[in-house]
Amino acid sequence: MFAATPLNRRSYRNQNVARAVFFLMTVALVIPVLIIVGTLVVRGGPALSWEFLFTAPRDNMTAGGILPALVGTIWLVVVALLASVPVGVAAALYLSEYAPDNLLTRTINLAIINLAGVPSIVHALFGVGAFVYFFRFGASILAASLTLAVMTLPVVIVATRESLQAVPQAFREACWNMGATRWQTIRKVVLPNSISGILTGVILEVSRTAGETAPIMFTGATAFVAFLPESVFDQTMAMSYHLYYIATQATDVSEQLTFGVALVLIAIVLAMNAVSIGFRVYLRGLKKW
Amino acid sequence: MVGATTEAVAANGFTGPAYDEPPIIEVRDLAIAYRGKPALSDVTLDIYRHEIFGIIGPANSGKTSFLHALNRMDAFNTAMEVAGSVRINGKNINHWRNEYALRSRIGVVFPLPVGLPLTVYENVAFSPRLRGIRKKDRLDEVVERCLRRAALWDEVKDRLDSLGSLLSGGQQQRLTIARALSQEPELLFLDEFSIAVDPVTTMRIEDVLKELRSEMTIVLVTNLVQQARRLADRTAFFLMGELVEIGDTEDLFEGKVTDQRTTGYIEGRFG
Repeated sequence: MFAATPLNRRSYRNQNVARAVFFLMTVALVIPVLIIVGTLVVRGGPALSWEFLFTAPRDNMTAGGILPALVGTIWLVVVALLASVPVGVAAALYLSEYAPDNLLTRTINLAIINLAGVPSIVHALFGVGAFVYFFRFGASILAASLTLAVMTLPVVIVATRESLQAVPQAFREACWNMGATRWQTIRKVVLPNSISGILTGVILEVSRTAGETAPIMFTGATAFVAFLPESVFDQTMAMSYHLYYIATQATDVSEQLTFGVALVLIAIVLAMNAVSIGFRVYLRGLKKW
Repeated sequence: MVGATTEAVAANGFTGPAYDEPPIIEVRDLAIAYRGKPALSDVTLDIYRHEIFGIIGPANSGKTSFLHALNRMDAFNTAMEVAGSVRINGKNINHWRNEYALRSRIGVVFPLPVGLPLTVYENVAFSPRLRGIRKKDRLDEVVERCLRRAALWDEVKDRLDSLGSLLSGGQQQRLTIARALSQEPELLFLDEFSIAVDPVTTMRIEDVLKELRSEMTIVLVTNLVQQARRLADRTAFFLMGELVEIGDTEDLFEGKVTDQRTTGYIEGRFG
């Protein structure tokens, strides 16, 4: 009576095939990451030293360290965050919590999706036109960071909106029914329960900002400055642009040095992603419903 | 004005709904639609102070929409269109300059319990805090009083600092009631409160409601016909967006009805 029918057997076989295919795809996804990281560690690892991290490049970039680029990247990321996080979070709060579902809102949502799809080189040209020339910031950290901010704004908005919308609607309605205003509801119930998700989105944005080259190469990044930036109106070196430069423009740069720069860059990005994952795990542990 | 009434009643012993006073809620020609699709139409009724007003009817008959219209929840739902007039305490609810003040005087209990992702204590202290009560001892007092009234205090007094959303379903529903009471409401709306609650808890909550009647007016939406019979002074029967019948609960259950559909529903022939 409980004997497997041919249909049972076929279903069982099919599901095993499906699992095998999906597993192979997953492995295929991991392999390139392992190869990249492995190559970088093997070939760039020997270049790493305290001197590499804490001195400026010497001898036409063929020797010395990466300090100005490292510091420049931190400047770019921090200023970009200061610009994009308040704007992005506020916009997401409006779109998620206040905006009526009408043509304007739908248009704005569409615009955000499109903004996310604009190639970074186009953002770069926009940045040159808007921030370097129109606002007269010149090629500077400010112009470069604002360009990065515009480019990453959709990431912040979408991540924030998603974590806001993960808060059950019933919580909002319960608050509203008690006479709480939208803002009181957001402040006391919605934000405390979505802040970790928002932070995760912000960290992801940081890692993306740190790795971008195109948006900064015309707006504020420079191939070489011996000194560290002192204000947002200075030009600066940046890790991503430095890598691009020594790999393609400079001559006689040792391969080890190039891989070393790439390794530090990817280490920064991976470290930030790790923090982001850590937040996510923490968030799950904190889940209150 | 309401405060005075409550005191007078308390002093004399509660004698029943105040049918000789002006009604607390006057609904005239109320119609509700969602994106043009009618959900409820042509409702005219009065609800009196200290009354438990039952609303019965099958699913989709507009009962919940009716409650939403009374506390202006249409302001949060752009799809919801409300026509006609509702007066609470003699004042048209659309003329309240601050609708939040209106809602803060109306306690609402939902079909499924919603424990806010806050501690048990903060769940109940939420509304008092909105009203500007800051002092810890004052808040403690309100929280304990409301939890006692909702028959929950003994079960949670040792874990006021644990999350409200981790309580069992029945406990969360009583927490929701405690939260509604913490608003010190003049009006209490209950929307099928017993769906997620076991029968014993339901009876305990029903006893609480009978006591609360001396202090507030209760609108009880229920799909349990017998619950309306146990609690309601008067009952309205909604069917497919129409107010079919309204009358003294006992009359309805004894068959003194004007519309045969009411008898049909009460006797369980449909719905």
